[in-house]
Amino acid sequence: MKKGYFGEFGGQFVPELLMPPLRELEAAMRDILPSDKFRAELDDLLRNFAGRETPLTACPTLSAELGVHLWLKREDLLHTGAHKVNNTLGQALLAKYMGKTALVAETGAGQHGVATAAAAARLGMECVIYMGATDVVRQAPNVMRMKLLGAKVVPVQSGTKTLKDAINEALRYWIAQQDSTHYCFGTAAGPHPFPTLVRDLQCVIGRETRAQMLERTGRLPDMVVACVGGGSNAIGMFHPFVDDASVRIVGVEAAGTGEPGCYNSAPINLGRPGVLHGQMTMLLQDADGQIEPSHSVSAGLDYPGVGPEHAHLGAIGRAVYGMATDSQALEAFQALTRREGIIPALESSHALAWVLNNRGKLPAGGHVVVNLSGRGDKDMEIVREVLFREGELA
Amino acid sequence: MSAAIHTDMNDMLPEAPVSRLEARVTAANAAGRPALVPFLTAGFPTLDRFWEEMDGLDRGGADVIEIGVPFSDPVADGPVVEAASLRALENGVTLRWILDGLKARAGRYDAELVLMGYYNPFLQYGLENLAADAAAAGVAGFIVPDLPLEEDAEMRALLAARGIDLIALVGPNTSEERMAEYAAVASGYVYVVSVLGITGVREGLPPEVPQTLARARKAFRLPLALGFGIKEPKQLEGFPDRPDAVVFGSALLRHIDAGNSAESFLAAWK
Ligand SMILES: Cc1ncc(COP(=O)(O)O)c(C=O)c1O
Repeated sequence: MKKGYFGEFGGQFVPELLMPPLRELEAAMRDILPSDKFRAELDDLLRNFAGRETPLTACPTLSAELGVHLWLKREDLLHTGAHKVNNTLGQALLAKYMGKTALVAETGAGQHGVATAAAAARLGMECVIYMGATDVVRQAPNVMRMKLLGAKVVPVQSGTKTLKDAINEALRYWIAQQDSTHYCFGTAAGPHPFPTLVRDLQCVIGRETRAQMLERTGRLPDMVVACVGGGSNAIGMFHPFVDDASVRIVGVEAAGTGEPGCYNSAPINLGRPGVLHGQMTMLLQDADGQIEPSHSVSAGLDYPGVGPEHAHLGAIGRAVYGMATDSQALEAFQALTRREGIIPALESSHALAWVLNNRGKLPAGGHVVVNLSGRGDKDMEIVREVLFREGELA
Repeated sequence: MSAAIHTDMNDMLPEAPVSRLEARVTAANAAGRPALVPFLTAGFPTLDRFWEEMDGLDRGGADVIEIGVPFSDPVADGPVVEAASLRALENGVTLRWILDGLKARAGRYDAELVLMGYYNPFLQYGLENLAADAAAAGVAGFIVPDLPLEEDAEMRALLAARGIDLIALVGPNTSEERMAEYAAVASGYVYVVSVLGITGVREGLPPEVPQTLARARKAFRLPLALGFGIKEPKQLEGFPDRPDAVVFGSALLRHIDAGNSAESFLAAWK
């Protein structure tokens, strides 16, 4: 297989000026990541700064309703509120070992921006965050958090003014600042080696889940489910189970408002192969290869592409990729809140929504683990708006 | 350098066809000047004016015209080219519109034509169809800024089969070894990016440009075209080794956007 490819997907479709920093990063992954010193230091940060290991929580009420044992992997309990910090601590520490003094990152919902800013502050690095101007407005509390953590937040005015444009701008910045700056990419996508690096850093989710299931039930789960934006929380959960044929793997893409032809964020289900942001992957695009705007009620899933390893797992049938609509996600959000006392992020609510809406596809009587990638605090404003409109909140 | 010099080494090899682009740059140099290579986004500022400005560039003495194929997400470009690209898309420009327009005008331009654009629109068009249609449209080369050596073999081979060059891009952070890898497959001319950055007008040029050019001279036997940030001849004054061709994009787009003709932009360079 070609370097940096997962089957037909992946690669390094970047300007030549980005090849040297990508190669430098590959070398660092090879030489620094596996070293005992690095691993001990990262492990300490993950435990004592971020709050690992995260619990595996049984859901008695929903389990009874669904006829399966439903478990949640609680990434929502991590510092900064989502799985993103597993990745940013790893990349920030790696960058520091590489001699970099600054981090640049893109962010959509602001979760990755906050997690990068926190890692930079903790490790004494400079931090620049690019964020689409539209997202700066709709995710104002996270902008505030990033600024408090010392990051410079740059609103991006070009294109659709959302995540994909923030990635364009961060890549441009990185071209010019590559000597001092590491691009702390936020998901398991982009040019090689990012899909592999981010996956390796997020695999702690699946490894812990595996050990926790074996300890609590004496067996592996029958099904693992995660929402897929770029795909980092999902690949972190899936990858440690890929070789276990008995474990069914379900990724959930955001279907948007759900009517035929609507804007969505479901490129594996509704897109075609193409090249964007350095990777060959499934993309939302028109017949001429122009990238289409995406939509999801959850800003963290609002991206027209997906990490190449998911495109591959879907193509070979090892994982199944379903969809959940905005309104299904909001229903799942409320179900988990009322029935189990946990307020999930709207992104993670998509994963749960698939489970609630596909009872026939669940392993009856078996064990289903949903990766609860983040908490819902950041979504209060959006949820309030929608539920008020629908008369469900006074 | 003529092929004849190599006869001692290359007695047994069939002579490679001389690239039209290489020949054109070499001819300009023989006349004592760098080849002029304007970049113009297709369909900018309007569909009709684009074709008028193409004629103007051709009349004005362009040796090669790089036609920008617009893309929604141009990561190697600064705000001027990006804005032109998005405007062209709003104007309805597609790759097919460009190729059909060029086919209808085949033989009209004295300048050689190069299409410059990101990989995805080319890929979606179908690389084989693209090579065939580009050949029919008289296109002599392609520049694809997000297609480095690791990914370019298929497109390079399909284009080469039609006598079309895929132009290599190198920059201030490209090592001599890396340049040598490109040299093994490159044809036409070599696009030397002046700055560790994106397209856009700059006042001076970075101090490392002479070193970049010197490394490229060593690695390539092809002509070198310098681009990114170039506006006027005085930026090149005092260079120990003048590039064989100069590319101007953002400065020309701004000039056109301000209501001037493309032809008048070239006057300063003659
Ligand atoms: C809580 C949460 N889950 C999921 C995602 C989607 O990202 P990924 O698919 O990389 O896990 C985000 C992105 O912001 C997020 O904040």
